[in-house]
Amino acid sequence: MSAAAQDAPDTVAMLEPIMNDSLGRVLVIVPAWNEQANVGNTVHEILSRTTGLDVVVVDDGSTDDTAAVARAAGATVIALPFNLGVGGAMRAGFTYAQRRGYDAAIQVDADGQHDPAEIGRVLEGLRTADISIGARFADKGDYAVKGPRRWAMVFLAGVMSKVAGTRLTDVTSGFRAANRRAIAQYVRYYPAEYLGDTLDSLVAAVHSGLSVTQVPVAMRQRMYGNPSQNPIGASVYLFRSIFALGLALMRPGKTTGGQTA
Amino acid sequence: MIVFLGIALALVLVSIVVYMLLTRKLREKYAFFWIVIGLVVLVLGIFPQLLEGLTLALGVQVPSNLLFSLAIVLLLGVSLHLSWEISQAEDEIRRVAEEAALLNTEVERLSARLDQLERGVVTAEPPSRPNATPVVDRVPDEPTLEDDSR
Repeated sequence: MSAAAQDAPDTVAMLEPIMNDSLGRVLVIVPAWNEQANVGNTVHEILSRTTGLDVVVVDDGSTDDTAAVARAAGATVIALPFNLGVGGAMRAGFTYAQRRGYDAAIQVDADGQHDPAEIGRVLEGLRTADISIGARFADKGDYAVKGPRRWAMVFLAGVMSKVAGTRLTDVTSGFRAANRRAIAQYVRYYPAEYLGDTLDSLVAAVHSGLSVTQVPVAMRQRMYGNPSQNPIGASVYLFRSIFALGLALMRPGKTTGGQTA
Repeated sequence: MIVFLGIALALVLVSIVVYMLLTRKLREKYAFFWIVIGLVVLVLGIFPQLLEGLTLALGVQVPSNLLFSLAIVLLLGVSLHLSWEISQAEDEIRRVAEEAALLNTEVERLSARLDQLERGVVTAEPPSRPNATPVVDRVPDEPTLEDDSR
C-alpha cells in the first residue's frame, strides 16, 4: 500500500477544462450514512479539486452530525428522514439531478474511498457511453481484496461483462457517472435491495438500452472505519451478490420501463 | 361441546372482522379473506357431517387431516398476501421519504434565497455561488414520480 503516491496534485490542473467543456452541468452525489468523520473532508476535497461541479450530500438518515458537517463544507444536503440504504439515497440524488436539469451526475462515496481527483476521468467515460464506471481492478491503484470477496467480484464481473457486451472488471464499484438518459432511467428504476444499487440497477439500465463503459481509477482505503473483510462476512457477500444478480437477470427487461426518451 | 366451541370461534372471528370494518380499522381487501375463513369455520361448525363427506370424497384418511391441511393452505395464502402488501407499502414509504427530503431541500434553498432578497444582499439575479442553480427550473424530460413501474 502506497497511498502517498496518489496524492500528487498535478493531475488536477488538466481536469478542469474537461468538466466545463461539453458535459454541461454536472452534479456530484455523495450518499452518506453516519459519516461525520469523513464527509466534510470528502466534500471539501471535491470542491477544491474540481471546478464547476455542484455537490449534493444525501444524508441517509444519519444519527450523527453528517448533515451539518456537509453543509458547513459547502454542499447542498438532502436529508432523508430515515435510513433507506444506498439505493434510496442515490435515487433521491438522481431525482434531484433530473429536476434541477443537470446534464450528468456522478456518485462519490463519502468515506473517502473514491479519489475526487479521478472524477474528471470517470466523467470522460460519458463521451462514449451512458454510464461510466470507475473500476479499481483496471490495472491501477493498490486496493487489495482477497478471498471470497475477490471471487465474488471476479464472478460478477464476468457475468456483467456478458450482459453489458463490454469488458467490465469491477461492477460493484459505486464510483459511477450517468448522463441524462441514464439519470432518467435511474429515477424510474433504482432498486433499494441489497447490492441492487450496483448490480440490479446496471442490469436494468443495460436492458433498457443504455450503454456502459469502464474507466480505470485508483481507489483509496477508507480514512476512518473498516469495511467488513472477515471471511464469513465475505462469503455471505458472495452468496447474496449471486442471488441479487440472478434475480436481476431473470427479470424481464420491459418491466423496468423500456426506452428512455 | 366441541361443536359449540367451533361455532363460537367462527362467530367471534366474524364479529371482530365486522367490528373492525365498521370502525375503519381494517381495510376491506384484508377483511375479505377473514370473512371467508370465518364463514367456512361457521358452516363446518354447524354441519360437521360436511367435513366428513368431503374427507370421504377427497380420499383423505381422517377429517382432522383435511381440516389442518386447509388451514395451513389458507394461512400460507394470508401471510403471502401480507408480505406482498408490506413490500408495496415499504416501497411507497421510501418514495414519500425521498420526496419529503427533496422538498425539504427545496424549501431550504428558497428560504435562504428569500432571506438574501429581503436583506437586499442580492438583486433578482441568481446568486453566483457554485451550489446555487438558476431559480427557474428546466422542465424535466420525463414525469418523475407518476410513471413508476405501476
